[in-house]
Amino acid sequence: MAGTMQDVTSAPPAVEGRTSTRKRLVPYGLAAPAVIWLGLLFIVPMGFLAATSLKSGGVFSGGFRFSWEWANYGESISENSTYFIRSIEYSAIVTVVGLLLAYPLAYWIAFHGGRWKGSLLFLVLLPFFVSFIIRTVQWRFILGDNGPVLGTLKGFGLLPDTFHVLATPLAVIAGMTYNFLPFTTFPLYVALERIDHRLVEAAQDLYASRAKAFWKVVFPLSIPGVFAAVLLTFVPATGDYVDAELLGSSNTKLIGNIIQTKFLVSLDYPGAAALSIVLMIGMLVLASIYARVLGTEDVAGSVAA
Amino acid sequence: MSVTTVEAPPVEARELPPLNQPKRRPTRFVLPAYSILMMVYLASPIFVMIAYSFNDVPLERQQAKFFGLTTAWWRNLFDFPNLTSSIEHTFSIAIPTAIIATIIGTLLGLALGRYRFRGQGGIMFVIFLAIAVPEIVMGSSLLTLFIEVQTPSLGFATLLLAHVTFCIAFVAVTVRARVQGMDRSLEDAAQDLFASPVVAFFKVTLPLILPGIVAGGLLAFVLSLDDFVISNFVYGNYETFPIWVWGTTKIGIPPQVNVMGTILFVTGIVLAVLSVLAQRRRT
Repeated sequence: MAGTMQDVTSAPPAVEGRTSTRKRLVPYGLAAPAVIWLGLLFIVPMGFLAATSLKSGGVFSGGFRFSWEWANYGESISENSTYFIRSIEYSAIVTVVGLLLAYPLAYWIAFHGGRWKGSLLFLVLLPFFVSFIIRTVQWRFILGDNGPVLGTLKGFGLLPDTFHVLATPLAVIAGMTYNFLPFTTFPLYVALERIDHRLVEAAQDLYASRAKAFWKVVFPLSIPGVFAAVLLTFVPATGDYVDAELLGSSNTKLIGNIIQTKFLVSLDYPGAAALSIVLMIGMLVLASIYARVLGTEDVAGSVAA
Repeated sequence: MSVTTVEAPPVEARELPPLNQPKRRPTRFVLPAYSILMMVYLASPIFVMIAYSFNDVPLERQQAKFFGLTTAWWRNLFDFPNLTSSIEHTFSIAIPTAIIATIIGTLLGLALGRYRFRGQGGIMFVIFLAIAVPEIVMGSSLLTLFIEVQTPSLGFATLLLAHVTFCIAFVAVTVRARVQGMDRSLEDAAQDLFASPVVAFFKVTLPLILPGIVAGGLLAFVLSLDDFVISNFVYGNYETFPIWVWGTTKIGIPPQVNVMGTILFVTGIVLAVLSVLAQRRRT
């Protein structure tokens, strides 16, 4: 018995030298397939996208050539500034409305969900079990001129017959808010769930009112979640074009619609690439501000958990 | 159950009451009522989808108005050969996507959750980018890549490559979270009991993180089933379900789309519930 004890304690140093280099390589080996895959199919394509954005020429005039065509950026931004501004405007509204709608919901699940937390969260994520396109199409029916909502209200004479929601900015913003709401709720929930309930009790023990305990304790601690929710809602929203296409009109076109049309219909690759790169840079700026403030660990953590 | 409730009161009676015990406020129902309303709101398109799969519309094209009940669309589910084949395509992409992304993503999740190594921060940042990047940017960059390397034709292969790419990051973060929540001492204990690192991994670590792997795999599967924006750039003529539906939004949506959507929804729910039950039994 004593012999084995000694073996166990004395064994590690002897093997240390050999295994430690091998051990140090283990994480690299594990990460390698993903790093190679994401390198080739995520990072490299971004490089190609950047290169394409600096090309000149046309599909029907002998193809594109790389020529440091910086003018692509100036042109596509100035030509499409309306759509850029509209995308940012809609995304900002969607983010703010989403936060206001999602915060109480996330708060309730995190603080009062009890043993139902998992099931409640599952209900929040329920929409994901139906394809994004189909969900949005259903909103077209729900908000339709003689659909279940407007049709009923018109039937009771509460709305004029000509009243419509579809094809207005309201419909697009409502659709976007709906589609991104789970992305807004989830990071908020993760941040709120981490808060130690005893802190709130402590505040109340010290005669803080419920409202004061919330604003002085809970809310400040949930700020990382708010940041993550803003990032995960605002950034994807700026690239969205499905809601604008299915619920909006030509007056609600967003920058995503332009990129998609340029890439897939008018085959203006450099112009489309330049617009994509602008979106990407905007996103990188926001993400690095966030990473600087809260650390990459928190960023990915809030996305994950 | 009844035993604990009988025994509990005396203990609680001694600890209570705290300084300001929350009063029975009349507003106490506001938050729960609001939350339930929000969940109904989140689920509303699902209700509509199911209800409208029975909508007796004329001309086999969906409309906003509800005409009455019919089971015609459920009975004539396969009236549109392209719709049927798009469902087949969706699954032939989603299944290999889930398998490949789960393997690659799990390995990365293990590396990130268990070890500290140089370059870790960089990898985390790339994962974050892959999750947060607008889909349209990822889709257009992949199309650019496939054009630049002169891919002979867009279709199954390019879709699969694209889907695995956006799923890896989600699997990795899911597995990483599980690995970090795992009790490392169990693995140490196995090794103290002379299990080789490999045996310890397969006998102890893997079963412990399996729920994370299953969750990650399901997530990848669902993401792949659902994807439209990225697929729309690289599908060639290999139409998946969301892409076929998108095409019909311009000419009128057959009610069978709602039927297929309902079937997929129910399948997804059953899978998710089964996986939760399986995990519960394991832990």
